[in-house]
Amino acid sequence: MGWGLIRLWTLLVYLFMFLPVAVVVLLSFNASQFGSFPMTGFSVRWFVELAQNEAILRAFRTSIVLGLLTAAISTTLGVLASLALVRYRVPGSNLISTLLIAPILVPEVVLAVALLLFLNFLSINKSFVLLLFGHVIFTLPFVVLVVQARLVSIRRDIEEAALSLGASPVQTFFEITLPLMLPAVLAGGLFAFTISFDDITGTLFWKPGGVETVPTQIFAMLRNSISPEINALGTVMIVLTVGLPLLGAAIARQLARKSGG
Amino acid sequence: MSSVTLTDIVKRFEAFTAVHKTSLDIPDGAFVTLLGPSGCGKTTTLRMVAGLLDPTEGEILIKGRKVNDVPIHKRNLGLVFQNYALFPHKTIAENVAFGLKYRGVAKEDARKRVQEALDLVQLPGVGDRYPKQLSGGQQQRIALARAIVIEPDVLLLDEPLSALDANLREDMRVELKRIQERIGVTTIFVTHDQSEALAMSDQIVVMSNGRVEQVGPPEQVYNTPASEFVANFLGASNILPARHVGSDGDAVLLDADTFGRVAVPAAKAPNLASEGPAKLVIRAEKLQLAPSGTPVNGELAIDATVETVDYQGQAVRYFVRAGHTQLQAINMIDERPFSEGAQVSLRLRPRDCAALPAS
Repeated sequence: MGWGLIRLWTLLVYLFMFLPVAVVVLLSFNASQFGSFPMTGFSVRWFVELAQNEAILRAFRTSIVLGLLTAAISTTLGVLASLALVRYRVPGSNLISTLLIAPILVPEVVLAVALLLFLNFLSINKSFVLLLFGHVIFTLPFVVLVVQARLVSIRRDIEEAALSLGASPVQTFFEITLPLMLPAVLAGGLFAFTISFDDITGTLFWKPGGVETVPTQIFAMLRNSISPEINALGTVMIVLTVGLPLLGAAIARQLARKSGG
Repeated sequence: MSSVTLTDIVKRFEAFTAVHKTSLDIPDGAFVTLLGPSGCGKTTTLRMVAGLLDPTEGEILIKGRKVNDVPIHKRNLGLVFQNYALFPHKTIAENVAFGLKYRGVAKEDARKRVQEALDLVQLPGVGDRYPKQLSGGQQQRIALARAIVIEPDVLLLDEPLSALDANLREDMRVELKRIQERIGVTTIFVTHDQSEALAMSDQIVVMSNGRVEQVGPPEQVYNTPASEFVANFLGASNILPARHVGSDGDAVLLDADTFGRVAVPAAKAPNLASEGPAKLVIRAEKLQLAPSGTPVNGELAIDATVETVDYQGQAVRYFVRAGHTQLQAINMIDERPFSEGAQVSLRLRPRDCAALPAS
């Protein structure tokens, strides 16, 4: 009896969490032109319209370029910062570490306004580069956290062995350290990409006029009407942001298995 | 010709001095062990030779070349670590071939040398496996193969046997010595294990608190300790206060509390200069227990009582009391050990004793 109740309750919790998502996915295949129940038939017409909507396609391209650049820059900076903090004795490394992680702790709105005011103070206009800069700031902590954790577990003597055998420090990094921490680097990059791709708060503050990312585009479209296209777009977003990390995790596991790490 | 020369090496970490002015000369092809308790500076010394640490003062020469400013990857050294430090993402063959890649060895030649190295460590068939598929002992053999395949000027071994099980450790000890003799590479071995040091070394460097206490072949270091620290660190010793009262031919005469006058061979009291206070060193295994009343034959004999019996299988360690002095004796077991409380006669040949100055 007791277990039965707990099971039922658990089921309700999951329904509460995932039903809205399921509804969006379901309605994106609705033939009716009203994005709501009852469904009148199965159709992919909203996906087709989505693919022909120039504004959305442009937003998609912007989001992907922004996400990829954010991931690339964050990962590079994150790996370098982690190396410095874990492998070398940097003065004030605790403080630096805390400052690098801080953007996670500060509410995003505050961070967004602060950066905007700062740019104003410097009389710099908003631009795509600055939007990118903002995304790097708040994706960097995730990369640093993941990569640092991995780097700590890579024994220093493995690198010393490589050095003693004649590999220069740079060769040692590319032959030994980087391959061993590759799963963490990929995971960090994926985090950075999906966070950037999903972000709306910071993006709304930082984006220059005329530039829309997918979330800001949806937001703009919602202000006019609830179009079934948005459901279709939502479905695509869900597939991307859930599917990519899953794919990444699978690749990382495969790599880890091969390397015996 | 000497292979490695350290001249007045000092290593300070901020206020802490890990190695005090140390000089050392390691001949070509020798197996030299740095022996001492943890924190004695042996690993720091090894890491300075390797180039993983910079000496604060002094010079390091390898094959006559000053290497203070030569980075580790240009020193041509073989380095073996306690925890093997194999590259987990590379196969055994790739691990062993790693150093050859940076020496411009042609692929075909490299494959042959890897095979020879694997044969030498008696693991010929494991080239395609990954490190984690091998046991600890096998991994350490691979680490050794990886270090010697590059024909290093010096082989540096940092406690390479400490992570292995006791039985395996003794096998590996013999194996390691065999390989070292076979290829004749100059070797510096760091350990805190006196039996490894005694069994393997041509020369032992005993270190304590960042200073060299004694340098010499195993027998000399064991039988003629140069300091109380060495006498206590290698084996078990009884160190008794005594007085140096003169000499008699090739012997130095010492008056000790319980034993009376003992004639220690001069060769075993090299640091005893003038008459006066001194210390008598008696190895625990040189003190033999006999049943009371057994005839004496040229030895010193004193009466004692057995206080504690520490049974060790083939040997037994006794703590005995003679007058006010407690002594330690390690004897092989003939039939059965003496029991606690037994009255025994302690036997000692004066020529087995050594003497030290009273610090």
